[in-house]
Amino acid sequence: MDTFILLTVTGLALGALYFLIASGLSLIYGLMGVLNFAHGAFLTVGSYAAWWSSVKLQGTIGSIGLRFAVSVVIGLAVGAGVAALVELVLIRPLYLRHIEQVLVTVGLSFALVALVQAYWGPDLHTIDVPSWLNGTTGLGGAHVPNYNFVEILVAAGVLAGLLAFLRFTRYGLIIRAGVENRAMVTALGIDVKKAFTLVFAIGGVAAALAGVLAGIHFSEIDPTQGTSLLIFAFIVVVIGGLGSIVGSAVAAVVVGLVQQYVNYKSTGIGDLSVVLLLAITLLIRPGGLFGKWSPTH
Amino acid sequence: MEPDALRRHARLLLPIVVFGVLALVPQISVGTHGVFSSPLDSPGTLQLLGLMLCFGGIALSYDLLFGYTGLLSFGHALYVAVGVYLTAVATAKWGWGLAPTLLLTAVVGLVLPLILGAVSLRVSGIAFAMVTLAFAEAGSTLAQKNPRGWTGSEEGVSVNYDHLPSWMVGVFNTKYLYWIALGYLVAVFLIVNWAVDSSPGRVWQAIRENEQRVQVLGMRPFTHKLSAFVLASFLATGGGVVYVLLITRADPSVTTPSFTLALLLMVVIGGAGTRWGPVLGAALYTFLDHRLPDWSNSGFINDLPDALSKPLSQPLFVLGVLFILLVYFLPGGLVGLARLGPRRGGLETLEQAVEIGGTHGDVVEEEEVEARL
Repeated sequence: MDTFILLTVTGLALGALYFLIASGLSLIYGLMGVLNFAHGAFLTVGSYAAWWSSVKLQGTIGSIGLRFAVSVVIGLAVGAGVAALVELVLIRPLYLRHIEQVLVTVGLSFALVALVQAYWGPDLHTIDVPSWLNGTTGLGGAHVPNYNFVEILVAAGVLAGLLAFLRFTRYGLIIRAGVENRAMVTALGIDVKKAFTLVFAIGGVAAALAGVLAGIHFSEIDPTQGTSLLIFAFIVVVIGGLGSIVGSAVAAVVVGLVQQYVNYKSTGIGDLSVVLLLAITLLIRPGGLFGKWSPTH
Repeated sequence: MEPDALRRHARLLLPIVVFGVLALVPQISVGTHGVFSSPLDSPGTLQLLGLMLCFGGIALSYDLLFGYTGLLSFGHALYVAVGVYLTAVATAKWGWGLAPTLLLTAVVGLVLPLILGAVSLRVSGIAFAMVTLAFAEAGSTLAQKNPRGWTGSEEGVSVNYDHLPSWMVGVFNTKYLYWIALGYLVAVFLIVNWAVDSSPGRVWQAIRENEQRVQVLGMRPFTHKLSAFVLASFLATGGGVVYVLLITRADPSVTTPSFTLALLLMVVIGGAGTRWGPVLGAALYTFLDHRLPDWSNSGFINDLPDALSKPLSQPLFVLGVLFILLVYFLPGGLVGLARLGPRRGGLETLEQAVEIGGTHGDVVEEEEVEARL
């Protein structure tokens, strides 16, 4: 029973990481039709910014808790900044040329990761965290590392925040309308391009958050971490249905749990079963769980 | 002669001349002035040249999907890996000879894409890209997982040359492997050119242009897309066999998404949907990928300040940036450079290669297309 609880919590935590990446991907795809391959690179850039600033601030800020908080904020800011910059400089000039936008993000995913590797090497680094994060909490007989709860809470907070933002703010309204019918929004005289930069920045923050949390979860960061997590985030996005935040959240929980349960039985098989899950979903519902497009599309 | 006849003759002659010269390379003993690390006919140089040719063929097979049929697959690496791993595992772990190994590889190389292609082609556009990526990831996991100790996880598995013909073995016989690679490239070149000119090949290109119209005309896009997928994957599997013979070891790097993305880079750098583009792009990519790290340790890159020399010594940084610049400024790829006159064949823009359906309605997509014109 205690193993089951441990697996459930860590599975949910893994799903939380996937959701943080997938939500940005899904939002960007829904609004702009861009599959952002550089999203994994945003994650890497964010986690490296957090790690690097934490190292640099070592002498300035004594308290580990405060230093961690400051470095996380810096990491998120860098993630948002890089993502917004990418949208403004690289994606915007190719407006509506979807395939070329995808190709640019592919090139970027190579270049950014190589750049991080060029300056900081291929080695693993560890982000300094307050010790309570790595401590454990007893839950029904299981000793669950605390960072799992943090990941789940953060992802739940992001989900609630995103839904509230989309539901109750003016920009949220524009984004929802843009996902529904971009041409109509533009025709009504609303500058939908500002919303593009905004969703990229939001995606960048969420990805950087995932980067920092993944750094704690796997107790290391390395330049290629983002790319490997990105693949599962893609799977989550397709299973959940492209463009649906709620779909991504549900799919992330399912994928995280399945992967964790099955991997416990035999390492690696969990990853395979997730792919199988994807194949089955596509055979039954090609549009994904919450998708709205027809299979012929 | 009429210009048309002239052009037709050039189309026939050029491959003969190019491949003829390439066939003679192992017999030419000249220095390479640092372009390669050693003289032209040395085993090291021949191996790199062989890799360039091998990737030329694999990139052509990828272009069959991407450039000609408009299918953006992110899982092509899987089918290369089938060739790579089956050859290594069959010779090393099962002690098989060349013929049964090739036979098994051919069968798997046909059946696997038939099954996986049928599933992934249920969706199109971006979803297809992601699904193929997921299947390739499953292959990658399998190679890492080391079932029955066959694939050797991270370490990989070395080809056992004991059961292979003696002329394939040893550093001094690298020239034979070079010729095998050349033979593979020529075969893929001929097959792809023949296929895209055949009547199903024309349907593939019609699907690339407008799938709905093909359907309305009473043809089944699914069957045609599947045939293109199987042919391209089969050719890639052949490339995997040649690749593993050249580098003597199968390791998980051939199963990664980066491997497929590298193929995409090669095709776009050279020029998607053209005869020579993928070959050129692949040769350039493979060359830079192998030579840039060497140059940066000695040549001019080393003299630059740290801030510049560090990124420049990363092949993937240089290639990624080059790729982005090409997408912006030369959408036709390197081959597009040679065609600054009136264009014939090939793709006007990459957008033509794949039309990706969004979550928007069809009417909106049509409007967008009109707005772009």
